[in-house]
Amino acid sequence: MTSPVQHEERHSFSVRLTVMKAAVILVFSTLAVAFWWLQVARHEEFAAKADANHIRTITLRAPRGVLFDRDGQIMVVNQEIQNISILREQTENIDETLARLAEITGADLATMKAAIAEREKEPIFRPIPVIENATRTQVARVKARLIEIPAVIVQDVPTRKYPDDRLAAHLFGYVGEVNEQQLARPEFATLSPGDIVGHSGIELALNSLLMGMDGARYVVVDSKGREIEHLEDEEQAPVDGQRVKLTIDLDMQKALEDAFRHYKYWGAAAFIDPNTGDVLAMTSLPAYDPNAFAVGIDQATWTSLNKDPLLPLTNRLIQGTFPPGSTFKILMAVIGLQEKLITPQTRVHCSGGGVFWGRPFQCHRVHGTVDLRHAIEQSCNVYFYTIGQKLGDKIDIVHKWGERLGLVGKTGIDLPNEVPGFIASSEWAKKTRKDGKWYPGETISVAIGQGAVAVTPMNLAMFAATIANGGTLFKPNLLKEVFDGKEWKSIPRPEPKAKTKMDPEHVKAIREGMWMVVNGAGTGGRARMPGYDVAGKTGTAQANISLENRARLRGEAARRFRDHGWWIFFAPQAKPEVAGVVFTENSEHGYLSAPIAKHVLETYFAKKEKRPLPKLVPEGTPTAPVAPAAATGTATRPAPGTGGHSTPSGRSGQGTGGR
Amino acid sequence: MIFERRLTFHLDWALMGAILALSGMGLLMIYSTTYDLGANRAGTEFWRQLQALVLGVALMALCMSIDYRSLTQRSLFIYGGVILLLVAVFFFGAQRGGARRWLPLGVFNLQPSEFARVAIALVLAMYFGENRRGARTPSDLLVGAAFTLVPFLLIARQPDLGTAVTLLPVYLGIVYLAGLRMRLLAVAAVIAVLLSPLAWNYALKPYQRERIQTFLDPEREPRGAGYQQIQARVTVGSGGLTGKGFGEGTQGGYGFLPVAHNDFVFSVLAEEHGFLGVLVALGLYLFVILRSLDAARLAKDKVGTYLVVGIVSGFAFQVMYNITMSAGLAPVKGLTLPLMSYGGSSLIATFAAFGLILNVRMRRFTN
Repeated sequence: MTSPVQHEERHSFSVRLTVMKAAVILVFSTLAVAFWWLQVARHEEFAAKADANHIRTITLRAPRGVLFDRDGQIMVVNQEIQNISILREQTENIDETLARLAEITGADLATMKAAIAEREKEPIFRPIPVIENATRTQVARVKARLIEIPAVIVQDVPTRKYPDDRLAAHLFGYVGEVNEQQLARPEFATLSPGDIVGHSGIELALNSLLMGMDGARYVVVDSKGREIEHLEDEEQAPVDGQRVKLTIDLDMQKALEDAFRHYKYWGAAAFIDPNTGDVLAMTSLPAYDPNAFAVGIDQATWTSLNKDPLLPLTNRLIQGTFPPGSTFKILMAVIGLQEKLITPQTRVHCSGGGVFWGRPFQCHRVHGTVDLRHAIEQSCNVYFYTIGQKLGDKIDIVHKWGERLGLVGKTGIDLPNEVPGFIASSEWAKKTRKDGKWYPGETISVAIGQGAVAVTPMNLAMFAATIANGGTLFKPNLLKEVFDGKEWKSIPRPEPKAKTKMDPEHVKAIREGMWMVVNGAGTGGRARMPGYDVAGKTGTAQANISLENRARLRGEAARRFRDHGWWIFFAPQAKPEVAGVVFTENSEHGYLSAPIAKHVLETYFAKKEKRPLPKLVPEGTPTAPVAPAAATGTATRPAPGTGGHSTPSGRSGQGTGGR
Repeated sequence: MIFERRLTFHLDWALMGAILALSGMGLLMIYSTTYDLGANRAGTEFWRQLQALVLGVALMALCMSIDYRSLTQRSLFIYGGVILLLVAVFFFGAQRGGARRWLPLGVFNLQPSEFARVAIALVLAMYFGENRRGARTPSDLLVGAAFTLVPFLLIARQPDLGTAVTLLPVYLGIVYLAGLRMRLLAVAAVIAVLLSPLAWNYALKPYQRERIQTFLDPEREPRGAGYQQIQARVTVGSGGLTGKGFGEGTQGGYGFLPVAHNDFVFSVLAEEHGFLGVLVALGLYLFVILRSLDAARLAKDKVGTYLVVGIVSGFAFQVMYNITMSAGLAPVKGLTLPLMSYGGSSLIATFAAFGLILNVRMRRFTN
């Protein structure tokens, strides 16, 4: 049968086959060990990676708290916009994806690339919005062609809808994605890039109340980014931001901005309830459109806002400081009376100017002999120079009273970046001057609100409110109530910053002087509202330019450097309900600010008495007869105070206003 | 009746069972990874694979029914036929992903390269088995090498280096068994090492170089060529001891691991059935290989032994390489896992090959 050769061959076959078997067994054993190593020893590491592959976390944005006015009228609401975003981990070639997206949506490729580049360092699983506030057409096109661009997602983003017409823009501020500096701060520690926070105004100040807490949805996706299922058990519902009622009265706010538009001024204003410190209306103009920020502002708009010489981003109310001008005379009156330098009956003779500490100081007119009330009414410089002279170099007294009545330092309003008001002091002179001295002659200038004095409109608003309430300096308050999910809860008002005991006779004299400014021979006649006893004081703030330079300016530039007009006021005189300030830029005269205040006050009283709100009729159209007080039959109240004093010259002529 | 009762009596039911079990497991994995989530039904790949399995079993029966000696005697014709088909691919082949590998035959596409292995095993078994001289001469080795190189080059040019490389173990297995001197093998290895820098620069295509570089450092390009390898490890590793469960695999099922139903089917098995599933599959493959090598030992003549060893060598190499690759431990090559991977030609050719192994064992007592 088998030959020896064959037998030998068979033997060697069998040896070699055994070697082969051994080799195969060896390899398979090694493989088994390798799989054990991957699947058992390193299981957790790979399991986590597999989860990261297919579980996508979708942020469920918490709607921000809606802002209401003090009566519950809606002011700021939420709206959904849609962002088109890129999931970088889902694409191998991001440029190609963007090019495709640009083709589909018509969006600008360079802008999208810039958006990606800006946030390149963020974790790769985080979507980056490349088209913010996408149009419906863009969203529809993207959704229809999602298969071609798997790394693209459409995100619903709740954002803010601010009122039209830039109403109260600086009050509301705006929201946007949290930036790196904010993330470094402890109050934003729990946030991650992409979260929406307030960047300015109330949105920033009350951010923690308004923001709520974002939730998360976990979605299983395939490698193309298609959603397979929702992991509903794991879902974390967002916690809505709290609704907030501000102290603002929306009707007054609208009236205020209407009036600024009507009289064609930029500026700032605040209306305060002098009995509580509540801010009823406030504005700074020109304003910006916060809606532009809410949907993601583009670089061009941002740059133009920043470079605008009119500074629309600046909240003039709390960030602009100006010399208070003649409004400061009210402080000097308080100081004269309270420091017993004068009495309300003290008379001073004005011959159109005077020499103090060897230097001549001007008045704008010959006032003759005036008492305090008439000095206020006619804004007599000489009267207040005299008080300044009595103070001598004791500027610290002015500083102290300024501090007590709200003109020094920040008012403490709940808005970011407030600038403090300033009144010189001996300490300040010591620090900043070579000889460290304050000269009595300087006190004379300060006495009429010039020189080393600069305050914000908000300072003056709080000052007016403090005079109106007889000495209680409140912190301006913006927050009225918060909805806790069941009911509105009042927010306790902050404690007054200072309570100064003032002699009621003194307060009365000042109030009556201010009443005469409006209702007598003063400069505030344009604020007169028969029956409502408006009291006030005009002032002129010099623009920050030398007289020589101003003389050289022409045209628009000259206009930009005209003086600013102040109007501080309260009403009704005897028992004030509203106080505040109106500041009109480049109006030259304080009395030009007065009609703006008047319109808002008319709105306030009309609303209080449930009458139709007044409307401003554009110039040129015949004005309808408006006599609200007479119409309701309220008798004009008798002129308060000094009884028989007369105002023989009527309203002072042009050119004396504001001084 | 084709089968004599005697032959069915000697049929190796255990081997056949193991083969069917493996292809059944493959079928299940294909069902799982290609399940159409949208339409909520099995994917077309599953049905095509099932058809191929039926065809494969039929072809296996055919291959068993004819005495393997009559096949080896006609091996040159078979070999020639396969070469012709490979040449035809160049002219009529369907192009997919930059390669021509398939002959479109209406209902299905035939991949002739999958049958080249069987053809080479047949022709080399004939050449070495019918040779009556005892010792092998270097010229025998060269002739055998020539038989291997012709289809190797044709397939490598498609280009499909992965499949081409699987022809080499067929040759190496047979010449090893035939008593190839180890010295020659060593010399060949030294030459290969010396030539490798040349080959690196001139013979390899950029994408091939890329693959080797990527294997050595997958993180180098995690989104590109290294992606499959990283995902393969994640797939296998995330399976754990007992797996995520049938149809629960996220890596294969959601498309994170490309060609999961094809080259990476074993990764999916590892993901869904865990280390235990891997052990079962490894055990079955090991059993199939060892049992086949037994058939080689038991063969009644050298032709049978060579034929079985040739087929098993190619099969074992491909299995071992693919499984190593499935774990992300070897460079990614377009190499299927015989019996389990999706692919009709591969499955049918593999069944035909095992038909021949069963054939040899079945006829060990016949004359």
